[in-house]
Amino acid sequence: MAEDPQVEVREGPPREPAGESPLAATSAHDKIELRVKIKRFNPEVQPDPWWSEHVVEVDPLDRLLDALHEVKWHFDGTLALRRSCAHGICGSDAMLINGKNALACKVLVKDVAPKVTIEPIRGLPVLKDLIVDMEPFFDGYKAVLPYLVNDEPAPEGRERRQSPEERERFEDTTKCILCAACTTSCPIFWGDGQYIGPAAIVNAHRFIYDSRDRGAKERLAILGEKSGVFRCRTTFNCTEACPRGIKVTKAIQEVKRSVMFDL
Amino acid sequence: MTITHTYDALIVGAGGAGLRAAIEASNAGLNVAAISKLYPTRSHTGAAQGGMCAALGNVEEDNPEWHTFDTVKGGDYLVDQPAAEIMCREAIDAVIELERWGLPFNRTPDGRIDQRRFGGHTRNHGEAPVRRACYSADRTGHMILQTLYQQCIKRDVRFFNEFYVLDLLLDPDGRFAGVVAYELANGELHVFRAKAALFATGGFGRIFKVSSNAHALTGDGPAVAYRRGIPLQDMEMFQIHPTGIYKMGILISEAVRGEGGILINSEGERFMERYAPTIKDLAPRDMVSRAIYQEIKEGRGIDGKDYVYLDVRHLDPEVIETKIPDVTEFARIYLGVEPLTEPVPIQPTAHYAMGGIPTDVDGRVVAGPEETPVPGLYAAGECACVSVHGANRLGTNSLLDILVFGRRGGAHMAGYARSAVLADPGPEPEKPIADQLNRLMTESGTGNPADIRAELQEQMFDLAGVVRTEEGLTKMQGILKDLRERFDRVVVMDKGRVYNTDIMETVELGFLLDCADTLVAAALARDESRGGHYREDHPLRDDANWLRHSLAYREDDGSVRLDYKPVKMGPYIPMERKY
Repeated sequence: MAEDPQVEVREGPPREPAGESPLAATSAHDKIELRVKIKRFNPEVQPDPWWSEHVVEVDPLDRLLDALHEVKWHFDGTLALRRSCAHGICGSDAMLINGKNALACKVLVKDVAPKVTIEPIRGLPVLKDLIVDMEPFFDGYKAVLPYLVNDEPAPEGRERRQSPEERERFEDTTKCILCAACTTSCPIFWGDGQYIGPAAIVNAHRFIYDSRDRGAKERLAILGEKSGVFRCRTTFNCTEACPRGIKVTKAIQEVKRSVMFDL
Repeated sequence: MTITHTYDALIVGAGGAGLRAAIEASNAGLNVAAISKLYPTRSHTGAAQGGMCAALGNVEEDNPEWHTFDTVKGGDYLVDQPAAEIMCREAIDAVIELERWGLPFNRTPDGRIDQRRFGGHTRNHGEAPVRRACYSADRTGHMILQTLYQQCIKRDVRFFNEFYVLDLLLDPDGRFAGVVAYELANGELHVFRAKAALFATGGFGRIFKVSSNAHALTGDGPAVAYRRGIPLQDMEMFQIHPTGIYKMGILISEAVRGEGGILINSEGERFMERYAPTIKDLAPRDMVSRAIYQEIKEGRGIDGKDYVYLDVRHLDPEVIETKIPDVTEFARIYLGVEPLTEPVPIQPTAHYAMGGIPTDVDGRVVAGPEETPVPGLYAAGECACVSVHGANRLGTNSLLDILVFGRRGGAHMAGYARSAVLADPGPEPEKPIADQLNRLMTESGTGNPADIRAELQEQMFDLAGVVRTEEGLTKMQGILKDLRERFDRVVVMDKGRVYNTDIMETVELGFLLDCADTLVAAALARDESRGGHYREDHPLRDDANWLRHSLAYREDDGSVRLDYKPVKMGPYIPMERKY
């Protein structure tokens, strides 16, 4: 492999001298106006929520998150929201958008224009504007032993075998990003503050049906309690709300069946 | 009021590297706290798509030495070869460990972990693409992040979520003494004292406008270290990924080309055949991004515009559905394009910082050309520079990096913290940060941080992105000076204490400016082309002068001073880099 270390390298066809970058970061679209109505709350300002309304100029192909940034960055810096990846993977920006739970980064302006109403997700305490207390949500997640349980010896230095069919059994529920869109769309979750909620069940499902896992019995016992799967009334809100397209209600029904027949 | 905590060890950042280190420190029985500005599952590791390479040889012959060679060549020989050798060897155990912890890898028909092709990964030193990437559909990073977080829950790791680490505390002897963090929920400052800490804060891709990076990736860790006198290594080496969604920059995984997708120009030509005759569309990312740039420049962008097509129409819909479902969905949602029947408009997007806080192979931060460790301070992942990626990272190697060096850093830190004594951060260690925040909260100024950030991102993408020149970089330095002056007069609109993301975004902008300063200074000095650093006015690699790492130091007046250190060589002698 050794060649002359002094060799200077050129790759691809020859290039022309410097000029304006053809990969310009700016490119124009026709902007449109979007009226953004947001349910606000700030405990430092007043004890009750209020509504704000701003008209922003945005590209129809922008995300709703971009429109919220436009509000925050040019009209009202106090607007508080969570976001990070901006393409539906990190699960930060679940909100109630025109009455339905969705991720602000997965809704395009053109699909809601000329007016959109945004509220925080329901059923969790609002801390400021669109930010809610996620701790109760993560407590539910942690309660179902959300990790692989298997103390049996594994083959030395190699993977445990799992057929594609065995993997397919729980593929759907591995997609969960813990955004809480499902749980906070569930009327039972809003109602009594005791239901563990769809997301926790989805994450239990992900392990219960994993051929490598040995903790199903314990999880099914947890989910068979009164805070568990039988509170579900099969309204399908959770399935409709899931930004990852997980068949949440189906997963819950499968777990119900396992609690009844496999325990 | 400042709240003081004391732990054996701290993890700063809870993405893949931080969580892996936390598991290791927890296994060692340390009293450890992980401090993260996001909930851990929001970390950007979760956005990694295509896979994690390891020479398992499950579907065809492979070995770690081939992987090491590819990594060194892919990095255009700026890779420290001993570090790459460790990473490629330990990659195998890292994959097996994740499988043990339940990661749902795609499987072969006989139940083993399936593997697929990825850019720059080849059989026997470049003969042909090799199937080396272990994957879980196109959400491998998501599954890694989830799996590591699950293991932290199992171990009951203590998390401080939505705490921003804003300062690094060293004692007068230069030993690690603690960090200062801002609690987003209520605006309180916290001093975390500990014997050691591992920084795993991720990248700084938000210095560029078109970027695959999350809003949170603002270079906090590197900037905080830089302000405390620690140099940043190889900051000019920034990877622009070839396939981002047009205008938005959302990543379309290289796995799409690994599964057979091709790039075409306005003439319908598969142009990568001209640039990399052997491995074509699976050439390393820097080369593909430059090829796209060149096609567009020569008028073969689609409709004469600044994008080309990524085409998967010829692939089996079953392959698309099972192996690249998420990125296909991105094209549908964000472009309204159906990839099964239409080609997908893509453009290069800022993706990954090869440079960062310099470390050795045990994650210890090493401060200068003589590589003196900073006692008690560790770094791993994208915020660090080991250097295993050199001038251009190969696809999937970032996931190896976080797992291998997260583990090694966590383990070494645990050993260190067991014997070390707590260093004294001195009186009122939070004062510099308290003063900075107080100024932002109380003084009246004129600037809007969002406008400064937008200008930074636009100009950096144009002048310090895929192609750079002395003229452009000099102009960028002037722009940065102006932006810095405006930043010094900036005000925040939100004067409250509860979830004041306005003030934290402003602090993050300061971190971005630091990262941009060092990137541009190092890029201007390096008058050669290597990996992700392409100087149109110096298009050749110059090993005689530039086979060395840059180190950027912050001077007291805020300017950047550059120094250099040699690349750690090994069996691979620099050769012409063609594919």
